[in-house]
Amino acid sequence: MARAVSTKRKLWFTGLAWLIGLVIFFPILWTVLTSFKTEAEAIASPPSFLGFEWTLENYATVMERSNYFRFFMNSVIIAVGSTALGLLVAVPAAWSMAFVPGKRTKDLLMWMLSTKMLPPVGVLIPIYLISRNFGLLDSRAALVVVLMLINLPIIIWMLYTYFKEIPGEILEAARMDGASLRSEIIYVLTPMAVPGIASTMLLNIILAWNEAFWTLNLTTVNAAPLTAFIASYSSPEGLFYAKLSAASTMAIAPILIMGWFSQKQLVRGLTFGAVK
Amino acid sequence: MATAHSRTAARFMLSPAVILLLGWMIVPLSMTLYFSFQRYNLLMPGQEAWVGFLNYKYFLTDPAFFAALWNTLMLVGGVLLITVVGGIALAVLLDQPMWGQGIVRILVIAPFFVMPTVSALVWKNMFMNPVNGLFAYIAKFLGMQPFDFLAHAPLMSIILIVAWQWLPFATLILLTAMQSLDSEQQEAAEMDGASVVSRFIYLTLPHLGRAITVVVLIQTIFLLSIFAEILVTTNGGPGYASTNITYLVYAQSLLQFDVGGGSAGGIIAVILANIVAIFLMRMVGKNLET
Amino acid sequence: MGSISLNKVSKSFGDVQVIPPLDLEINDGEFVVFVGPSGCGKSTLLRLIAGLEDLTSGAISIDGADATNAAPAQRGLAMVFQSYALYPHMTVRKNIAFPLKMAGMDPAEQDRRIAGAAKVLNLTDYLDRRPGQLSGGQRQRVAIGRAIVREPSAFLFDEPLSNLDAALRVNMRLEICDLHKTLATTMIYVTHDQVEAMTMADKIVVLHDGYIEQVGSPLELYENPVNKFVAGFIGSPKMNFIAGAPAQKRGADSIGIRPEHLTVSRDAGEWAGVVGVSEHLGSDTFLHVNVDGIGMVNVRASGEFRVKYGEQVFLSPIEEKIHRFDAAGLSI
Repeated sequence: MARAVSTKRKLWFTGLAWLIGLVIFFPILWTVLTSFKTEAEAIASPPSFLGFEWTLENYATVMERSNYFRFFMNSVIIAVGSTALGLLVAVPAAWSMAFVPGKRTKDLLMWMLSTKMLPPVGVLIPIYLISRNFGLLDSRAALVVVLMLINLPIIIWMLYTYFKEIPGEILEAARMDGASLRSEIIYVLTPMAVPGIASTMLLNIILAWNEAFWTLNLTTVNAAPLTAFIASYSSPEGLFYAKLSAASTMAIAPILIMGWFSQKQLVRGLTFGAVK
Repeated sequence: MATAHSRTAARFMLSPAVILLLGWMIVPLSMTLYFSFQRYNLLMPGQEAWVGFLNYKYFLTDPAFFAALWNTLMLVGGVLLITVVGGIALAVLLDQPMWGQGIVRILVIAPFFVMPTVSALVWKNMFMNPVNGLFAYIAKFLGMQPFDFLAHAPLMSIILIVAWQWLPFATLILLTAMQSLDSEQQEAAEMDGASVVSRFIYLTLPHLGRAITVVVLIQTIFLLSIFAEILVTTNGGPGYASTNITYLVYAQSLLQFDVGGGSAGGIIAVILANIVAIFLMRMVGKNLET
Repeated sequence: MGSISLNKVSKSFGDVQVIPPLDLEINDGEFVVFVGPSGCGKSTLLRLIAGLEDLTSGAISIDGADATNAAPAQRGLAMVFQSYALYPHMTVRKNIAFPLKMAGMDPAEQDRRIAGAAKVLNLTDYLDRRPGQLSGGQRQRVAIGRAIVREPSAFLFDEPLSNLDAALRVNMRLEICDLHKTLATTMIYVTHDQVEAMTMADKIVVLHDGYIEQVGSPLELYENPVNKFVAGFIGSPKMNFIAGAPAQKRGADSIGIRPEHLTVSRDAGEWAGVVGVSEHLGSDTFLHVNVDGIGMVNVRASGEFRVKYGEQVFLSPIEEKIHRFDAAGLSI
C-alpha cells in the first residue's frame, strides 16, 4: 500500500507545512509571548521576540484589578451548566431516535436542525425583553438556558450519530439475555456510549465558552463571562497590550487545550454528521 | 425493529427535547413578528400602536440597510472565498507525507478555539494598530507608511480576522474528507495513466465536493450572524462601513431602543438565513438516507 | 423441554406483508433450519419467535404456554446473532456471565457454569480478554457460550457462520452439530446456505417470499421436492430444468434432473452435446455441456472424467430420478 517517499520531497513538504502552520498560529503565540512582557516592551520598536525580561506581573495585575476570577467562574458555570442541561435533555431524545426510529424520525431530526438556522438577531428582542421582565437580565440562569437551547440541536445530532453506530443487535442481545430497559441502559448502552457522550460534551463546552452574541447582549456585570470581560478591553486606557495579552491567554488557554483533544469530534459535530 | 412497549418509552424520552425546541422557535419568533408591526420604543413607553408594514418600510428604505446588506454579502463571500480556497490548499498540503504532521495540524486548527472577542482585540491592537501594531512596524521597517486598517479598510480588516478564525474549520473538514479518499481508487487512476493534476481535478475535487458544500453552508449560517468581531473592533463604523445586518438590528433595538424597527430587521434576517438554510437542510437530509 | 408452535403467525411492516399467516410445529430437541434466499422472511420469523418483533396476528406458544406477548427475556430462549453482538466493553467472562447476572444468579453458580461452558467451547484461556482481541471463530464461540450458560429451552441462530471464512465455517458447523447432540436442546437455525441446511438439520423449513414452501428432512426435500423452487434451491450443483420435447415425452410441462443423476458417455446416450468448461476436483468432475435444443446442462461425474473443451459427449438421465413438474411448477 504505502510507498517509499523520497526524503527530499518529504523534507520540502515538512518545511512548507511548518512555515504555514507557524504563520497561522503566530497571533496566538505572539499574544502569549506579549503577556510575559512589560507594557513598555510590549510596544517596543523593534519588537523583541524572546530576548525580553520575562514577567508574571501582568497576570497578577489582571487578577487583582478586574476580579478576573468571577468572570472565569461565570464562563465555567455557563459553559458547563448549559452542556449538562443539554445532555440531560438530549441523551434520552437521541437514544430513542437512534434505537426506536419511527416514520417521522428523519423529519424530526431535520426540524431540530432547522432551529439552529434561526439567526440570533431574529429573536434578540423577545429574549431580551423576557429576561428583563423576569429579572433575569445579567443572570447566569438565563444564559445557561439560552445557550443550552441554541446548542441543543448540535448535541442531539452528535449523540444521534454516535448512538447510530452502536449496533442494534447488541441491544437485542441484552434483551434476549434478560436485561430490563434499565439494566440495558446501565450495563450495555452507557458504557458503549460514554466515548460519544464525552466528545459531545467537550465540543459543546467549547462552543458555549466561545459564544459571543448572547453572552455580550444579555449580561452587563454580574453574569458576564470571559467573552464580555475581554470585550471590555476594547476601550482602553493607557498602556494595556501586555495586560490584554495576559487576560486573553487566560481566557483561551483552557479551551485551546480541550479543543486540541476534540479535533476529530469537532468535524462530526459541526457538520451534523455529514462529514466524518 | 421494535416492540410497542419500547416505542411508548421512546416517545416519552423524546418529548422534552421537542417541547423545548418548539418553544424556543415559536415563542420568541412570533413575538418578534408581532413587534415588527408595532410602533414600540423602549424610551417612549405607552405609545405602542399597530403600524402595519411601516417598520419594514423604514428599515428597507434606510440607506443603512443597503450598506449593511452589501457588507453582509461581502463579509460572507470574502470569508468563504479565503477559507475554501485556503482550506483546500492546506488540506492538500497536510495530507502529504511529512514529519510532525500532528503538531502542524494542531497549530493550524488553534485559531478556531480562540473566542471571537479575543481574536478581534488581538488583531485590532497588536497587529492592525497604526502606531504600535506589528503590521505598522513591518511597514516602517520596509520604509512604507503604516496603514490604519480599521479606519480605512474596516470591512476588509474584519474579513481578514474572521477568515483567520474560520480557515481552521474549513481545513479540518476538508482534510477529514480527503483522508477518507479511497487510496485504491487513486492507484487505479495512476495505473490508468492519470497525472497528479488530473487526479486532483477528476478524483480529489469531486470527492471533496460534498465536504466543500457543507463547509460553505455551515460557515454561511455562522457568518451571517457575525457580531462580536464588529462590536469590539469598529462598532460598525466608520459610518456604516462595517455594519452588517446582525449589527444593524442590534444597534436599532438595543442602542436606539427601537423595538419595532429592530424586530422588522430581525424578521428580514430570518428570511435571509432561511434561504441559505433550505440548501443546507437538503444536503444533510440526503446524507441521512445513505 | 423446548417445543414451539406457531399458529397463524403473520407479520407486516406498514403495508408490506413480510410473512403471511403460517403454521409451524417445532418439536423438543429438534434441529430446525429455516432456509431461503435473502429477503424470504426467515430472519423475521426467527425474530418473531425470539420476541424481538411483535406479531401482527396469530399466536406463539412455547412448551404449550402462550408466549405471544411475552418479553424476549421471559421466553427462555437464547439467541446467537449474525454479528455475534458481543458486549465490546466486557471481558469474555463478563459477556458469558451477563445473562446469569441479569437472572440474579448466585455468583458461585455463575462461575461454575462459565467454567463449564468455557471448557466445552475451548475458551478457558481467553476468559479475561475482550472481544476485540479475539478471532472471528473465538467470538462466535463466546456468543454460543453466552447462549448455553442460560440452559435455555431452545437456541436461536441467525446466520451465525456467515461472517467466517470457508474453512472455519465447516469447523463451526461441526461444533454446533456436536453441541446439539450433547445438549439435545431444540435449535432453530437461519441460513441462506442450503449446504448448511442439508448437513445440520433434522428438519428443514424452506421459505420463499414469506411462505413456507416445504417442511421436511433433508433427504425428503432432496428426493421429493414439492415444487420447482424447492427442487432448484436444495442440492448443489443446482438441478437442471428442461422444458420442451424431452418434458412432453415424459408427460410434464418441464422436467428436472440433478447433475449427479446424468450419466456421461463418449459413445452413445439420449442427448448429444459439446463440453464447455469442465471443473476437475479429483473426487468429482463437473461438466458444463451445451446440448442441442436444450441448452446448458450441468453434469456431475463421479471420480475423474478426462474430457477437453469442445469435445462431444452423450448424456442420459437416470429415468427414475427425473422430477416432473406441471405448468404451475408443482411436482407431478
